[in-house]
Amino acid sequence: MAATAAMGFPQHLSSFNDLVPEWTSREVSTGTTIMAVEFDGGVVMGADSRTTTGAYIANRVTDKLTPIHDQIFCCRSGSAADTQAIADAVTYQLGFHSIELDEPPLVQTAANLFKDMCYRYREELMAGIIVAGWDKRRGGQVYTVPVGGMLTRQPVSVGGSGSSYIYGYVDSNYRTGMSKEECLRFAAGALSLAMERDGSSGGVVRLAVISEQGVERQVILGNQLPKFSTL
Amino acid sequence: MLEEFTGPDWLSEEVKTGTTIIAVEFDGGVVLGSDSRVSAGASVVNRVMNKLSLLHDKIYCALSGSAADAQTIAEIVNYQLDVHSVELGEDPLVRSAATLVKNISYKYKEELSAHLIVAGWDRRGGGQVFVTLNGLLSKQPFAVGGSGSSYIYGFVDAEFRKSMSRRESQEFVVNALTLAMSRDGSSGGVAYLVTIDETGTEEKCILGNELPKFFDQ
Repeated sequence: MAATAAMGFPQHLSSFNDLVPEWTSREVSTGTTIMAVEFDGGVVMGADSRTTTGAYIANRVTDKLTPIHDQIFCCRSGSAADTQAIADAVTYQLGFHSIELDEPPLVQTAANLFKDMCYRYREELMAGIIVAGWDKRRGGQVYTVPVGGMLTRQPVSVGGSGSSYIYGYVDSNYRTGMSKEECLRFAAGALSLAMERDGSSGGVVRLAVISEQGVERQVILGNQLPKFSTL
Repeated sequence: MLEEFTGPDWLSEEVKTGTTIIAVEFDGGVVLGSDSRVSAGASVVNRVMNKLSLLHDKIYCALSGSAADAQTIAEIVNYQLDVHSVELGEDPLVRSAATLVKNISYKYKEELSAHLIVAGWDRRGGGQVFVTLNGLLSKQPFAVGGSGSSYIYGFVDAEFRKSMSRRESQEFVVNALTLAMSRDGSSGGVAYLVTIDETGTEEKCILGNELPKFFDQ
C-alpha cells in the first residue's frame, strides 16, 4: 500500500516565521511513485525523481533506484534520510555476506536484511522500500517491504504516495508473461499517470532493467513521457 | 471494574458511504456508476445501497461521503427541481440541478461532508457531467469521486476517450468500479449503473460474480 501520506497539509509543529521559508522546518521526503515488475529473465524497476521538503522541491532529478549489489537494486520511498541510511547499512551487510559466501547474494537475502531493519526500528522509521534484482537461483524477483516492516514477494509492486492513483491501472494492465519491452512500456505508463496526479511525484522517469547480463539504466525526460488523453 | 457499556463500535461511528462513484459523458447521454457499500467504522451497515439518486426524470446524482448529508442534499434538490420544472413548464437543465446542489454544498460547506456528482441529459446540452466538490461547480467529460476514486485515477486517465459509444462507456464505468472496489476497503458489493439519454433512463445492477475479472495476486 502507499508508503507515506502525501504531505499536503501544513503540520504547524513549529511557529510561523516571516524570515525563513516554511520548508526549512519540514522534513525531506521522497514523496514518490516507485514500482518494480518481474519478467521472465529479470526485473524492470522504475521511479519518479522528485524530492520535496513541504511544498518545495528539494531535488527534481533524484535517483531513487539505489544499487545494493551488482544485480540487486532497491526503490526508496518515504523519508529520504531514513531510506538512505537503511540502504547504506544493507549495502554494507550484503557486501560482507557476499564475501563470506564467495558468490553473488540472493535477492531474497537482501530483502530480508531490509525487512529486519525496517521491522526492528519500525517506530522510528518512515520507509517504504521495493527490493528487486536477479540471481541464479530464482531469476528475476520483486520483494516489497512497506512501512511497518512486512516482507512479501509480488510479481508487480507499486509504492509511494503516488501509487494509490495507479492501482487500478496496474491491476487492469498487468499480465503474467510480459516481455522486457512490454514491462518497460507498462512501467513508464504507470509512472507517468501517477506523476500527473500526485503532487509529490514528478520530474523524470528513471528505469532500470536487471537481468543475467547486468543492469541497463535509462531516463525518460518530461517531454518524452507517454501521453494519455485526459481532460 | 465499573465500565459503562456503550455497545458495539459501529453504533457510535458515523455512517459513511465510503464509496466509489463515477459519471461519464458519451455522445448522446451519460452513464453513472456506483458501488453499494455503506460503512460505519469497520462494519458494513448496508451492502446493497443504491447511491445513484434521482433528481429528475433525466438527471441523477451519485452520492459519496456522509450518507446522511448526501441523501439530504439529494432530497432537497429533488424537491427544488420539481418546483422549478413546474414553474418553467419543461424539463430542467442538468446545469440547473448541479447549481442547486452546488449552492447547498457551498453554503453549508463547514457542516456538510458529502460530495455529489450530478449527471444527466437535457435538450440544450445533451449529456453532461458536473462536479460539485466542496462547493465548486465544474463541467467535465467524466468525473470520479469517493474514497475508492484515488485508486483508479491512473486507469481512467489512461483509458478514457471522448466520444465513446454507449456500450463502451458502460464497460468503462464497470471496469473502473470493479478495480476500485477490489482495492478500496470502503467500496464493494454490487455495481449500480444508470444510463441516461434522449430516449430515457435505464437502471442496471451488476452482481459481484458478474463483474469483470482483473489481475489478482
